[in-house]
Amino acid sequence: MQTSTERLNPRAPLHSRGRLQKDRLLFSVIGYVSLTLLALLCVLPFLLVVSSSLTEESTIIVKGYPFLPVDFSLEAYGILFKYPTQMLKAYIVTIGVTAAGTLLGLFLTSMTAYALSRKDFKWRNHFSFFFFFTTLFSGGLVPWYLLIVNYLHMKDTPLALVIPMVLNVFYIIVMKSFMSSIPEAIVESAKIDGAGDFLIYARLIIPLSKPALATIGLFLALAYWNDWYNALLFVSNENLMPLQYYLYKMLGNMDGMRKAMMSAGAVVTTTIPSESLKMAMTVVATGPILLAYPFVQRYFVQGLTIGAVKG
Amino acid sequence: MRLHKFLYDVKRYRTILLMLAPAVAFFLLFAYVPMAGIVIAFKHYDYAGGIFGSAWNGLANFRFFFESGDAWTVTRNTALYNIAFIAVNNFLQIFAAILLFEIGGKWFRKLTQSILFLPYFISWVVVGAIAYNLLNYDIGTVNALLRGLGLEPVDIYNTPSYWPFILVAVSAWKTLGYGTVMYLAAIAGIDTEMYEAAEIDGANIFQRIMKITLPNLYPTLIILVLLAVGNIFRGDFGMFYNMVGNNGILFSSTDVIDTFVFRSLITSNDIGMSAAAGVFQSVLGFATIMSVNYAVRKYDKDRALF
Repeated sequence: MQTSTERLNPRAPLHSRGRLQKDRLLFSVIGYVSLTLLALLCVLPFLLVVSSSLTEESTIIVKGYPFLPVDFSLEAYGILFKYPTQMLKAYIVTIGVTAAGTLLGLFLTSMTAYALSRKDFKWRNHFSFFFFFTTLFSGGLVPWYLLIVNYLHMKDTPLALVIPMVLNVFYIIVMKSFMSSIPEAIVESAKIDGAGDFLIYARLIIPLSKPALATIGLFLALAYWNDWYNALLFVSNENLMPLQYYLYKMLGNMDGMRKAMMSAGAVVTTTIPSESLKMAMTVVATGPILLAYPFVQRYFVQGLTIGAVKG
Repeated sequence: MRLHKFLYDVKRYRTILLMLAPAVAFFLLFAYVPMAGIVIAFKHYDYAGGIFGSAWNGLANFRFFFESGDAWTVTRNTALYNIAFIAVNNFLQIFAAILLFEIGGKWFRKLTQSILFLPYFISWVVVGAIAYNLLNYDIGTVNALLRGLGLEPVDIYNTPSYWPFILVAVSAWKTLGYGTVMYLAAIAGIDTEMYEAAEIDGANIFQRIMKITLPNLYPTLIILVLLAVGNIFRGDFGMFYNMVGNNGILFSSTDVIDTFVFRSLITSNDIGMSAAAGVFQSVLGFATIMSVNYAVRKYDKDRALF
């Protein structure tokens, strides 16, 4: 797969036909300035979080959250790692849910997509429509919620965090269009050799679909890692809180705690550095994504490019 | 005979059908059963009776929803926000994509593209936390700056009129990288001969962008806008909920159908009205997407979604 910007490019040299092109120069100035500004806007908030997590609490209270660490302090991380039990639990839940959901999701998505990509399968369009229709119309939140809570009894079980997100029509379509591009001759020759449909899928199609699997796998993993919605709806047990939902809870609670203290007339010389602690938690909850980001980014770019083609 | 043929086909495709079975079961259970569950919007829900056993109450839930006065507010907010998102986000994404494509300096391009894509990867919870850091009255960065300049601080979390701008900016921020990648792919697909011809004819770079790049982006733009217009009555729950939360002061300008439905269900436990609002949203959404698709089909068959 070619990445977007690397194709034969039409960038003309600055000195085309012997004279300096003023329009190019002007364009470059506009371009570099605007892009730098946009990039700064995208990265500054992250800097704000990291710097705040490393700043002395009293400084934050007086001067507000800083963009660069002032009065450097590791106190927040110290407290966070001194009492790690709850955070660690949340980490384990998130890692477990992400691993299980991604693997199961990849298996089901690819198997479904393969069946739909088989051009000799008579009812492929009927099934495609059956899946596609669910993106056009839905019963809404309430029946879905009641089904999961009152009929399937998934509330406060890990299933509630894995199952609702495991299949997604968009991913099936992307995967299907990728598999449709695999030459049919490969399937035909395997059939002649006597391989069954499932064997062809498992032994031939899966290895050939690695780029699509990597992309969809990462989309799934990101969705599971960042999920807090299912926990908001279905989890009240503290031992089952995933990371993002735990963070959500903590951000809200500490705020409530701080407000309560202030309205009670307490001088804000808290023993818990709540502001920098919140930021330290945010850093720890987001860290793995930011660390993995440089390595996985290109698969996302790939995936979007596949997906941009009409399914 | 037909049945015989059908059974023959089932036998012939049995493995493929088995491979489809889990996904079919999944969507039956989690998409089609809830569609049947729409009936609770016309019922007085009681826990013992459940979805299908509760007593009918006609259109009472809908009447309650529309008479509450919230129906119009949340519907208007949902549609207006989505229209603003479509316009601003696509404009910025195309702008960034064109600049990224035309500008030299490979490492600058790569680095910029990576940075623009970064916000896409963090959860709405984290976005909400960052927004709170920037905007809160006591120690938010914005107010710290204002105080530093000797200006009056602004109480953003108590002022509904700021929020349309804030939410549009946040949406643009979160989706910029994602959309830029899509448009970059579309630009990279443009036939380079057109550019060469323009070069020979002496077109400057601005003319080239206006006359070649932009027109060639229209098909991508149209598809993306159509998809978005079809979803114009679906609010981004994660965004609105994490940015605004349960801050009722802001609801007049920030409440969308999805947050309203959620609150009615979870906070006030008003299952009937919540379901009615959900059905209203689904039907409105379905009608929108069908009419958009119908209109496009009439105009240009190849660009229709289905």
